Amino acid sequence: MSNPARAESIEQLDRLLAALMAKGVVTEAELAAQQASTDRASPEIGARMVARAWLDPAWRAMMLKNGTEAVEALGVSMAGAPPLGVLEDTARRHHVIVCTLCSCYPRAVLGYPPHWYKSFSYRSRVVREPRAVMAEWGSPVADDIELRVVDSTADYRWMVLPMRPAGTEGWSEDQLAALITRDVLVGVALPKLPA
Amino acid sequence: MSDIATPPEHTPATHDIGGIQRFHCTPVEHDEEPPDAFGKRVDALRQLLARKGYMSVDELRRGIESIPEAEYFALTYYERWLRSIELLMLEKGVVTPEELT
Repeated sequence: MSNPARAESIEQLDRLLAALMAKGVVTEAELAAQQASTDRASPEIGARMVARAWLDPAWRAMMLKNGTEAVEALGVSMAGAPPLGVLEDTARRHHVIVCTLCSCYPRAVLGYPPHWYKSFSYRSRVVREPRAVMAEWGSPVADDIELRVVDSTADYRWMVLPMRPAGTEGWSEDQLAALITRDVLVGVALPKLPA
Repeated sequence: MSDIATPPEHTPATHDIGGIQRFHCTPVEHDEEPPDAFGKRVDALRQLLARKGYMSVDELRRGIESIPEAEYFALTYYERWLRSIELLMLEKGVVTPEELT
């Protein structure tokens, strides 16, 4: 749950920042620039990658081979970020991503990890009962589809390449990208056509 | 699930919570709020200190994982981060305890 930080924690941060700034370790301008850069990352980057993979077999092959290279081909720097792997769903297998130990997440393609991804309940439950978690969120997975839960680490991040939904034949890249939400890229939801 | 052994309730480490029963009846709240101003600032500070070579992600993790269990589950996510960042800056002598009072 996204409880607000306590007043004492806000004061603790202010004291630490004041000490770091007094020593020239960081500046207010650097902090603001860093935050602005993180604020810019959004699931639209991951959505674009998936939409293109549904349309372009060569792009798809490249992305599956090297997710980091695919991100950089879209103009997003992965400098300093851990490698990105892409998990390919099939008609028989679906993938879900978690970080059981903390919150490792493909930030470059998805932005800030959401609260639920970092929550104790998601981290503990999704490896034991992923079908229940997905059903609770409105994306039940058929029993005959294998569900593979993949644990992200500090050294390797993942995103899901879901199956292209039926009924999207002839759609443009932009139309397809609009179907792909952050939850779809984490694997806790499946792409759905607008009602 | 009958073929999967039930994990012990007490995992070897506080943060190692994959599969534990403690949260089995806790729904995953679909909370979409972005981090608050405090969280975004801690997040930016962590990235900046990493970029400048003052700390690594693994050090951040070690700091978070050393938080005693009761506090680990009571603090918010970015409060845990802040606790770890402060610990690391003190350990490395980047700041002194006196400067933080």
